[in-house]
Amino acid sequence: MESIYWPTFFFWLFSLISCSFAVGVLLASNIVRMAFYLVLSLASIAGLFFLAGADFVGAMQIMIYVGGTLVLLIFGVMLTSQERFIEMKTPSGEWVIAFFIGASLLGLLFQVAQGVPAWQGMDRLEAEAIAVEKTATPIGMGLLGVRVDKLDETDKSRQAGMSGYLLIFEIVSVHLLVVLIGAAYLARAKRKQNRENLASVT
Amino acid sequence: MPRGLLVVTNWKKWQWLRWFEEKPKVARFLLELTLFDTYICPWPWLAYTIAGLVHVALILNLVAVSALVFIWLERKISGRIQDRLGPTRVGGKFGWLQTLADGLKLLTKEDLMPATADGFLFRIAPYVCFCASIAAFIAIPFAGGPYPWIAQHLNTGVFFVLAVLGLEVFGVILAGYASASKWSLFGAMREAAQVVSYEVPLGMCVVVPVLIAGSMDMVVIGDRQAGWFTNWLVFHDPFTFITACVFFTCAMASVNRAPFDLAEAESELVAGFHTEYSGIRWSFFFMAEYGSMFSVSILAAILFFGGWHGPVPITSLLGVGGEVGTLGWGLAQALGLANVLFKGVIGVCLMIWVRWTLPRLRIDQVMTVCLKYCTPIAAVMFLGATFWHYNLPSKNFFGLTDVPAEVYEISEGWERVAGESQNSGNTELVAAGEHARISSLSDQVLLENASLENALLENASLENVGGRR
Repeated sequence: MESIYWPTFFFWLFSLISCSFAVGVLLASNIVRMAFYLVLSLASIAGLFFLAGADFVGAMQIMIYVGGTLVLLIFGVMLTSQERFIEMKTPSGEWVIAFFIGASLLGLLFQVAQGVPAWQGMDRLEAEAIAVEKTATPIGMGLLGVRVDKLDETDKSRQAGMSGYLLIFEIVSVHLLVVLIGAAYLARAKRKQNRENLASVT
Repeated sequence: MPRGLLVVTNWKKWQWLRWFEEKPKVARFLLELTLFDTYICPWPWLAYTIAGLVHVALILNLVAVSALVFIWLERKISGRIQDRLGPTRVGGKFGWLQTLADGLKLLTKEDLMPATADGFLFRIAPYVCFCASIAAFIAIPFAGGPYPWIAQHLNTGVFFVLAVLGLEVFGVILAGYASASKWSLFGAMREAAQVVSYEVPLGMCVVVPVLIAGSMDMVVIGDRQAGWFTNWLVFHDPFTFITACVFFTCAMASVNRAPFDLAEAESELVAGFHTEYSGIRWSFFFMAEYGSMFSVSILAAILFFGGWHGPVPITSLLGVGGEVGTLGWGLAQALGLANVLFKGVIGVCLMIWVRWTLPRLRIDQVMTVCLKYCTPIAAVMFLGATFWHYNLPSKNFFGLTDVPAEVYEISEGWERVAGESQNSGNTELVAAGEHARISSLSDQVLLENASLENALLENASLENVGGRR
């Protein structure tokens, strides 16, 4: 038992759960079962994030992917499908295309992951020495324009470049606001039309 | 004959111990198990497993036993509200064993499933609900300080709890869909619509205490409110007071309690999503419901009502406390635990009171309450609280009292990163001071980014000079 490096064990456990339920999504034909397998797959990816010490990203994964997306998916499924327990069949041509796209993406990512020297050959003692850093507040402060993790920087010329991610944050915020307003505009009650309809009915 | 000798002469009783002479390795293993905390365990994996099991057992028992108590409480309180007595007989006084009798009845009921149901999803749905309800307790602290009583101390605890509580709806949707009954499906759809809508104002309300405490760590938020009840965030300013009320309303809606229990509206939908369930599977839904009621109440207690700090700081008045691991520390933490649980129970009682007082809303009224009232009010309160905190960053209790000095000493854990590389000797001091500076500055950060950055850079350069000396 002593020789087992437990983080590696849990990494394999979570990735195995994630991959097998991802395959389950492919093989299932009932759309709600697919959604359920997808939830489990995404939740175990959140487990991988927690294992890596990235609490914030893990919670984000649960909140956005596991929670939001799947509730929306189920909305879509239930509002569109007319008959109960709808079965979906994938044509074999789509299987072939999807297989090639997926396999090429996997190969590419695998090669990239293997090509980063910093990710190779870390031995166990080195890995155990890495301390978990609490990153949520520093990231938040960085988004607001303060890099609290770089306060020690003495070089004046490098201090100028450490204004944080304020601009990116602002761009994303404005973008989200535009999306919100757009959604509200699209979903608004079209009063004028309704009145005309009512008039034509009466 | 003296009593001690009598024991010694009775040594034959202990003869089986000689078996260990032949098996020294087994003896050593058992000895090391019994001396577990007196010296460093030679098997860290075992220590981790046992620690994990203790946490799991405590959380499971908390949810199960609290469900037992709350169901009884609900029957008693609803009885009193309707001018009845409620259960009186089972278990002697007050009918306190009524829930256990109910549990036995549920265990012996037949486990039914509709013939056309999707069996796998139908069977798994109650467990999904229950797991989501329990998982929220992983990140909820029950006592604070530098060594909090919490299963997993997460840096972003509030966010995690909110995310996991949102998962409970998934079990309900699965149950409603897999039952192959239109009543169940209607209930599940209502629940989905309701929970998704109410997550928006709920999240906005949670942001306010996070903003004032400057952290998403629930331990830090709780410790921010140390001392008298005047330090509670609900009394921080008028805006947080209203935010707490909105939070409680939205929390009640997100855990499907009346008047927001559209998903199981028995006057319209038979029983909503659990129409087809019976026996122990049905009771799992209710354990999940009471568990999440308790967790949102504890969440409200920690975010707004001081968490483990009572209205009166008994521990510091009596001088209870001390080093970590001493009896005084344990007593102080246990008092904190009692505080959290008591506030949680009060929250649940409030929910029960509301349930038996107000009639159920219609689905359009539920949506109106969320989108036309809760969300705008929460947004305005967020802006107001930001403005208040920006103008009076060091004031508590509607701006009447000062924030106690020890609040600035609370460490979130990341501050050491800043001072470590150069000031290794007095890291702790520097970290504390720096955190105080940063947290007081972070109040202004929302409005004054540029000037803040300059101030921080000046601080950093000053400190570097100090470090070199």
